[in-house]
Amino acid sequence: MSRSLKKPPFVHYKLQLRVDTAQQSGKKAVIKTWSRASMITPDFVGLTIAVHNGNKFIPVYVTENMVGHKLGEFSPTRNFRGHAGNKKDKGKR
Amino acid sequence: MARIAGIDLPKNKRGVIGLTYIYGIGNSSSKKILEKAGVDLNKKVQDWDDDDLSKIRKIINEEFKIEGALRSEVQLHIKRLMDIGCYRGVRHRSGLPLRGQRTKNNSRTRKGRKKTVANKKKVTK
Repeated sequence: MSRSLKKPPFVHYKLQLRVDTAQQSGKKAVIKTWSRASMITPDFVGLTIAVHNGNKFIPVYVTENMVGHKLGEFSPTRNFRGHAGNKKDKGKR
Repeated sequence: MARIAGIDLPKNKRGVIGLTYIYGIGNSSSKKILEKAGVDLNKKVQDWDDDDLSKIRKIINEEFKIEGALRSEVQLHIKRLMDIGCYRGVRHRSGLPLRGQRTKNNSRTRKGRKKTVANKKKVTK
């Protein structure tokens, strides 16, 4: 079910603070976050955000098109490397 | 023979059903079109006169996005998902289901015909 429209989009409160300061002080360093559920709002555009995937932080450069998606969508938690003995996949490792 | 948007409509079906042969028009929009044009829903396609047909064409032209235009719009949405590299886009790229369905079995619609793995080892108990 989609989120009730009377509420604003969810953005983790400390992440929002850091985004605001980053935008005011010009482009700054990468912002690390664990908040995969936060929605990307127009404030985020142009920043690079490192989103945790349970193992490490994946840097995500936010563009205009990504507004409305959640941060977690850009930081995959599973990495399929191919089946065992599949010669085609082996080169990827 | 009624011809709308480059599609031949089946002539011996009811109007509501006949219109759904156009990509982008389903049951409910078909009903809306005919009601707006003032054509009886149960009237067969072959019984439409030129007046009915032109009214229906006009409504479809003005209010609906169908066939090629709609298909390209859908493709554009998919392309956007793939370009931004989000989860759904990645799933589109690898031809797997997007909405969290299982992929151990089934999902043959997305994955295509079964690919048998030769000499797959049997699990021994």
